[in-house]
Amino acid sequence: MHDNATFEFLCRMGDNTLVLGHRVSEWCGVSPVLEEDIALANTALDLIGQTQMWLGLAGDIEGKGRSADDLAMLRDVWDFRNLLLVEQPNGDFGQTLMRQFLFDAWHVRMLQALTGSSDKRIAEIAAKAVKEASYHVERSGDTVIGLGDGTAESHGRMQAALDLLWPYVGEMFICDDVDEAMKSAGIAPDPNDLRAGFDSHVTQVMTDATLLIPEDDFAHKGGKNGHRHSEHLGHMLTQMQWLQRAYPGASW
Amino acid sequence: MYAQMVKSTGQGVKSLDDMEPQERAFQERIDAGDKIEPKDWMPDGYRKTLIRQIGQHGHSEIVGQLPEGNWITRAPTLERKAILLAKVQDEAGHGLYLYCAAETLGVSRDELTEDLLSGKMKYSSIFNYPTLTWADMGAVGWLVDGAAIMNQVPLQRTSYGPYARAMVRICKEESFHQRQGYDIMMKMARGTPAQKRMAQDALNRFWYPSLMMFGPSDKDSVHSAQSMAWKIKMNTNDELRQKFVDQTVPQAEYLGLTVPDETLQWNEGKGGYDFAEPDWSEFFDVIKGNGPCNRERLAARNKAWDDGKWVRDGLLAHAEKRASKKVAAE
Repeated sequence: MHDNATFEFLCRMGDNTLVLGHRVSEWCGVSPVLEEDIALANTALDLIGQTQMWLGLAGDIEGKGRSADDLAMLRDVWDFRNLLLVEQPNGDFGQTLMRQFLFDAWHVRMLQALTGSSDKRIAEIAAKAVKEASYHVERSGDTVIGLGDGTAESHGRMQAALDLLWPYVGEMFICDDVDEAMKSAGIAPDPNDLRAGFDSHVTQVMTDATLLIPEDDFAHKGGKNGHRHSEHLGHMLTQMQWLQRAYPGASW
Repeated sequence: MYAQMVKSTGQGVKSLDDMEPQERAFQERIDAGDKIEPKDWMPDGYRKTLIRQIGQHGHSEIVGQLPEGNWITRAPTLERKAILLAKVQDEAGHGLYLYCAAETLGVSRDELTEDLLSGKMKYSSIFNYPTLTWADMGAVGWLVDGAAIMNQVPLQRTSYGPYARAMVRICKEESFHQRQGYDIMMKMARGTPAQKRMAQDALNRFWYPSLMMFGPSDKDSVHSAQSMAWKIKMNTNDELRQKFVDQTVPQAEYLGLTVPDETLQWNEGKGGYDFAEPDWSEFFDVIKGNGPCNRERLAARNKAWDDGKWVRDGLLAHAEKRASKKVAAE
């Protein structure tokens, strides 16, 4: 059970970075300004690099010979364990950056906690990834502030992005059986414990950005346990997995 | 070559004796191998030609993100996806260095961007061809970046300092790009029959457009003669094309692929290959806007620019607000 839960947990970490990295990479060459093309590619690269580590370890722990690529390219929607937040479409640039910030503000805290994991392999990956995530959250937070407190149009778009994405925040802090098992083994923190830090960080950024956090705390769920993803994920996989599916067994 | 058919003064090269003292001193510095720096005096023609050339090169890097970006979301493995992302990110960085180099000549990045988007300035013809299979990511790296390197390595010695220094950085990254392209081709050429077929098909489609990258023969061109006298062009188009063919044919043989040119033959006398010229009428069609992807490429850049306006405006407005708050506090 213990290894099974660890495998599930690692898929959650790796699928989050895989799916978000893919989404961010969709911006390649078409962002609002050259510096953003570079920054978005950089973020996507970091996330794909983290995916290789998380899913690589997941495959090792599972012990069935599946590589990170096998897990990324040959599972169907129901086996993905990413948060619903990260599979949401890019929308406009504001929506992309708002999604990034909400994820980063959670991610950096999760990784920080994982640097103290009882599993050394997990602690090592987290120690590498947390440096990248700290930079990501600083950048996405600054951009949310810049656009929220920019023109009337940029403010309106950022408020709309926050309203749209807020219902996907709650899932990050749900504690289920996998999380309980991780917590009792000292492998990962209780997701609930990350909420206070997240709230104060997000409140600060939204205040500076002159944006209002929605009062309704309704939370969509079903991504991290794979129960019910959104329709968007399947379309992403048809693209991401196409070559591996169309030419099975080929080496690239 | 990322800058094709750049027009210089069109006047023909003056002899030193025909030059005014200032221009003569300038030409003598170039002849002596000195670097010209932004604040130095330079003839108007030199400045204008460089802006065209560096601008066109920068635009090629920017538009060049699109045919490769076309495959980032379909890259077959995580590693290939990361490598391709890094490569496209490098290209955006090259665009940035080049625009910065052009800015030292007195043109802004926004002006250059507007000229690209309106179609007034060109970018390399090669990026108007589609990338249809994963093997095209290999062919683009191997052939397109390979052709670009042929041109850019000598440009590290170009007379204009900021351009030469940008080229030094760019060349380091381009040679990594070419290697990764060849690595993809190796995998494909030694892979399944379907992969091998993709690799051959990619070579078939990209061979002649790659040869076109060097531009038509310029042995009689007054523009090229002037650019060479100014050392902003270091070799003729034919010299570079020959070098490229000589380098690339053995690489194709090593892959077990066939260059799509029945006339291709080693010529012992000249120590190089004889090869067929590309169809130059196709080249001029592409330059005129009738390549397979011209419309899509420019439309994609225009859409990105228009869709991004609110972002640029928003960030600028915020920066101004912050600056005025800071002033008020002081």
